[in-house]
Parts: sequence; structure tokens; C-alpha cells
Amino acid sequence: MSDFIEWGALGQVLVAGVLVGAGIPALFALGLRLLAGTTPDDGAAPAAEQTSQDATGRTAGSGPIVRPTPARFAGGVLCMAVVIAAIATGLVFVISGGH
Amino acid sequence: MTETLLLALVVVTALAFDFTNGFHDTGNAMATSIATRALKPRTAVALSAVLNLVGAFLSLAVAATIAKGIVDAQVVTLPVVLAGLVGGIVWNLVTWLLGIPSSSSHALVGGMVGAVLAAVGTSGVLWTGVVSKVLVPALLAPLIAIAVAGLGTWCVAKLTRGVPQDVTSRGFRWGQIGSASLVSLAHGTNDAQKSMGIILLALIAGGAVPADSGVPVWVILSCALAMAAGTYLGGWRVIRTLGKGLVEIDTRQGMAAETSSAAVILLSSHFGFSLSTTHVATGSVLGSGVGMPGAKVRWGVAGRMFVAWGLTLPAAGLVGALCHWLESAIGGAAGTLAVVAVLVLSSATIWIVSRRKPVDHTNVNEEWDENKGAGITPVAATTGEAGGGRVAPVPAVSTASSVGPAIESVRAVSTANTTISKEGTR
Repeated sequence: MSDFIEWGALGQVLVAGVLVGAGIPALFALGLRLLAGTTPDDGAAPAAEQTSQDATGRTAGSGPIVRPTPARFAGGVLCMAVVIAAIATGLVFVISGGH
Repeated sequence: MTETLLLALVVVTALAFDFTNGFHDTGNAMATSIATRALKPRTAVALSAVLNLVGAFLSLAVAATIAKGIVDAQVVTLPVVLAGLVGGIVWNLVTWLLGIPSSSSHALVGGMVGAVLAAVGTSGVLWTGVVSKVLVPALLAPLIAIAVAGLGTWCVAKLTRGVPQDVTSRGFRWGQIGSASLVSLAHGTNDAQKSMGIILLALIAGGAVPADSGVPVWVILSCALAMAAGTYLGGWRVIRTLGKGLVEIDTRQGMAAETSSAAVILLSSHFGFSLSTTHVATGSVLGSGVGMPGAKVRWGVAGRMFVAWGLTLPAAGLVGALCHWLESAIGGAAGTLAVVAVLVLSSATIWIVSRRKPVDHTNVNEEWDENKGAGITPVAATTGEAGGGRVAPVPAVSTASSVGPAIESVRAVSTANTTISKEGTR
């Protein structure tokens, strides 16, 4: 079978694919979550009240605005920056004719 | 004269393949965005068409080889190329008619292999190449994509739990459009090159350009335009299967799926382990259903699709082989014209059949009814052959086989509302 499957390349694709292909959506989700102002721990049950405030605060700008703390905001922005950097890398790869 | 005619026909047929490649593969990038309504159907195909057009101009590192490492390059003559192209186009159209996302490049390779088999026999085909470059990747691509997209979707689902839905919908909508655009661009740079390579090779073989020639501008332009036009036309049947048929997806799954597609496609070409865009995109959509808690994957639809993938090589090969036999049996310009006639006739037939039950941008997002047949059979049994031309009593034996046309007619009635307002030609 080793004639038919390039195990090395396959392994690389699988590992890198999981890191990038699953990591980017996860980072994006994490960034969105941090910027939206809910914590991962209280996410399940008591989120309803808090999240509705977030929603109004973010969409309409009226009512009590629950801003994410600076640390969370920074974390969220960092996540998004990594995502954008990854997309830019992908674009450069495509344009440079890497394939 | 014959040579010039053959050359012209090969160029036109290659452009036609490029066109079918475009509309067959629109769904790979845009099906999820259409299904989640992140983009309007028309906007989505227009965006994809523009990105395919841009992509075709971006990268001009054309490998002037057809099916390299799969067939013996020495035996690839213009008649073989023509027969192979016809095989690829016909299989692309058949799978489009059935709404099955299947790999356009595999169809082309299949057509070429069939034509070479017909031309010189088994010695012209490098079987190790067929297995390692076509069959094994076809098996592995969906598995890798399912794993990647499944994991991504699962992470996203966990991380966004408790975040208000309008925030996630809005955020992931943009994420989805961005990642889908990257897939479109990658498709444009990748797949338009194949047709350019074929045309360049034909031009060199026909003596129209010197052997060390670069790709003439008109070739780049026409290939880019053919693919963009095909993409804009939109293979709505394939889009529907990918977006609605396999999994009911939301924007989070869509974003995870498209990012997984983009990552796996780009990484696999980076590591020199080329995977079919279609197989990866389909696997990603399946993975987004596997990874999402509570989501249902229609494995029946997926199963039919896997079968079609398995058939792609032999089926396209059969058409390619038949075309080459026809071509060489008649011989000369008449043989070439006969093959083109076969292509035109079969394309027209498929198009006419597709008109019976059109899928276009108006009904691409309609509810998917997997149990269509089962749900409608009792209706057909009680109302009789409402839509058919039969007047005589239907024998009991033929009831089973006559359910098909009855279902057709019932479906025609149910889709009448949507087809009235339809303005597109498909």
C-alpha cells in the first residue's frame, strides 16, 4: 500500500488541516464570544439575562451596555487578528501560485 | 484542413469542459452560504464567478500536461484529447442532472484514461498513477475533510454556547462569506489552469504556436470567461444537494465547513498531496453535520454520492472510449465531427431532461424531502395515473414501475408555483 499512499504527505495534510481548518473556526468563535461579553463558564444556564443585554448593547447601542472588560476585549481582538492573518496567508499562497 | 478543424474543435470542447467545470463546482464554495442565506443565491454565484475570473488570471504557472502520471504522455494525441474531453463533459452533465457533486478533474482524467485505453490499450495507462493519484485521494479526501470540519464545528458549537444567536449569526455570516470566497479563488487559480493546459498542448501539437510558447492571452481570457460564465450560471442542482441535501446547516457550521475546505485544499496542494476540491468541500459539509450536536446527516444522500464518485472514472472512461472508437471507426474529419455531434446531442438531451424538474435560484433552498418517493406512493395509488397518458386500467403488476412517472407528475404540480415566477433559463 505504501506505493499508493504517500503517508508522509497525508500525515502532514491531516495534522496541519486539523490545526488550521478546525483551529481557525474555533478561534473565530472564541473571539466572537469574548467580544460579545459572555464567559465560557456561565454560558450554559444563566446566560439568558446577560446575553440579551449584550445583544441590545451591541446592536442598538441603547439600554445598559455591557462592554467586555479590556482584557477580554484584547483577547477577542487577538483571536480575530490571528484569523485575519491566516486568511491573508491563504490569499498570499493562492496568489503566489503555490499550487 | 482536417488538422485545423480538429484543433478548433478541441479548443472549443476544452472551453466547454471549462464551462461545465465552473457550473458543476459553484456549489463547492457557495452552497453553504446560499443554504444559510448568508448570501442571496444570485449574489453568491456572482461573487463566486468574479473570484473564479480573478483567480484564473492570478496564477499562470500552467502545467501543460494532461493527466500527468496517469496516462502515457506519448500516446495523447488530439483525437484522444477530444474523446477524453467529451467523456468528462458528459459525466459532468449527468452528475449535474442527478444533483451529485462529483469531481470535474476526475471526470476529465476518466475520459482521458478511457480514450487512451481505446486508442492503444492497457499499456498506455499508468495504473499505479490511477490508484495513487485518483482512487486513494478520492477515498481519503472526504475522510480528512469530515474529521477537520467535524472537529471545527464541534469546537465552534461548544465555544458559542450561550452567545446570543444574532451575534453568532452576524459574525459567522461574514466568516462564512470570507472563507467561501477563498475557496472560490483557489478553484479559479486551480481549475482554469487545466483547460488552459489542454488548449496550449493542443495548439502546440497542431503547430499553431511554438513548443516553448507561453499561454496566449486569448486562451487565458477565454478560459477565465468560460469558467466564470459557468459559475455564474450556477449548478443549482449540485448547490441544492450540498447546501440542503446532506445536512441542514446554520452559519456556524457553514463557516466551519468552508474554512475546513479552504484549509484542506490549500494545505494539500502545499504538501503535494492534491485532493479534489469537490471531495473536500463535500466532506467538509458532512463533517459540519457530524460535529454539530443534534444535527442530522442524511447518509443516504451521502452514500449515493460516494457511489457516483466511484463510478466517475469508469463511466467517464467508457464515454471517452466509445467516442474514440467512433472517431477512429469513421475516421478523418467526419469522425471528429461525429464525436462532436455525440457531445452536442447528449448535452441537449440532458438539458431537456433537466427542464422537466428545474432547480434554479428560486427553489434551490426549498425543504429537502428525503422520503419523497415513500411519502407520495400512497397518493399515486389512490389517485391513479393522474399525470400519465394511460386511460386503460392499470394492471397491478405495473403499478410498482409506474410509480415513477406518477411521482414526477405530483412533483410537477407541487413545484408549479415556484416555476411560474421563474425567470432564469434553468
